[in-house]
Amino acid sequence: MSDVVRTALRGLGQTLMTLGVIVLLFCVYELKVTGLVTAREQDRLGDDLRASWADPAPRPTGADPVPVSSDIGEGIAVLHVPALADYDPWVVVEGTSVADLKAGPGHIPGTALPGEVGNVVLSGHRTTYGAPFERFGDLQPGGLVVLETRDRWLTYTITGSQIVAPTAIEVTYPVPGEQGAVPTEQVLTLTTCHPKYSARQRLIVSATLTEDRDKADGPPAELEL
Amino acid sequence: MYSWIWRTLPGGLPGKLFGSLVLLALLLLLLFTVVFPAVEPLLPFSDVTVDQALTDS
Repeated sequence: MSDVVRTALRGLGQTLMTLGVIVLLFCVYELKVTGLVTAREQDRLGDDLRASWADPAPRPTGADPVPVSSDIGEGIAVLHVPALADYDPWVVVEGTSVADLKAGPGHIPGTALPGEVGNVVLSGHRTTYGAPFERFGDLQPGGLVVLETRDRWLTYTITGSQIVAPTAIEVTYPVPGEQGAVPTEQVLTLTTCHPKYSARQRLIVSATLTEDRDKADGPPAELEL
Repeated sequence: MYSWIWRTLPGGLPGKLFGSLVLLALLLLLLFTVVFPAVEPLLPFSDVTVDQALTDS
C-alpha cells in the first residue's frame, strides 16, 4: 500500500515540476523568442522601406507635401525617440492587428498619416515582440519623438501622458478627446498596455508637432544617429 | 514517468542518453512552435491599442 502512495506522490511531484519548467519556458518564449521574430520582421521592413524611399517616384514639392500611405503590414515611417537614451529606431507598420504588431509598432489605419493634419496614432508592444514601447512610461513632457518619413523629419514634443481604460477610443480622434472636431494641428498619440504584462489599462503618450524639416535639410539636431 | 522512459530507452547508457536528448529536443520543438504560439492569444500581452474592435478585422 505504501508503495502505491509513494509512486502516486512521486508521479504528482514530477508532473508539477514538469509543468513549472514548461511555464518558465513559456516566459522565455514570450520575452525572448518573440523578440527574434520581430527583429527579423524589422530587418525586412527596413530594407523594403529604404528601397521604396529610394524609388524615384514623383517627389512632392512645395510647402504641402503629400503623405505617403501604405498597405497593411508595410512600413510607413521610422520612429526615433531622442527622449529615451539608446533607443534604437523602429520601423512603424501600417495596421495594428495582432500580426502587424508582431512586426513592430503599428499605425492605426484611418488615423492621420505622419505629415497630415490630425492625430497620428501608433500602438506598440510593451513587453513582448521586441517591446518597442517598453520604456514609454518614462517619457516626460518636453521630451522629443521623431517620425522619419520619405520626405520629412517630423519632430513632436511630448505634452503629457495618461492612463486610460482600454475602451477610450477618444484618444484616437483627430482632435484627441473631442468627437467630431475638425483638426488644425498635427499631433501624435502613442498607446501601449498598462501596467506592464497586463491588459487592464492603456498608457497614452500625447505629443504635438513642433518641427517639420525637409529630408534634404538633414535630421533634427536633437537626433543622434 | 521519467524513470519509466529511462528504463524503456534502448541501447545501453549511450543509447539512453541519446534517446533522452532526442525526446527533449522533440518536446521543446513542439512547445515553441505549436503550444506556445497557440496559448499566447489567451494572455493579455498583445492588447496595446484602444478599442480592439476598431483595429481587429
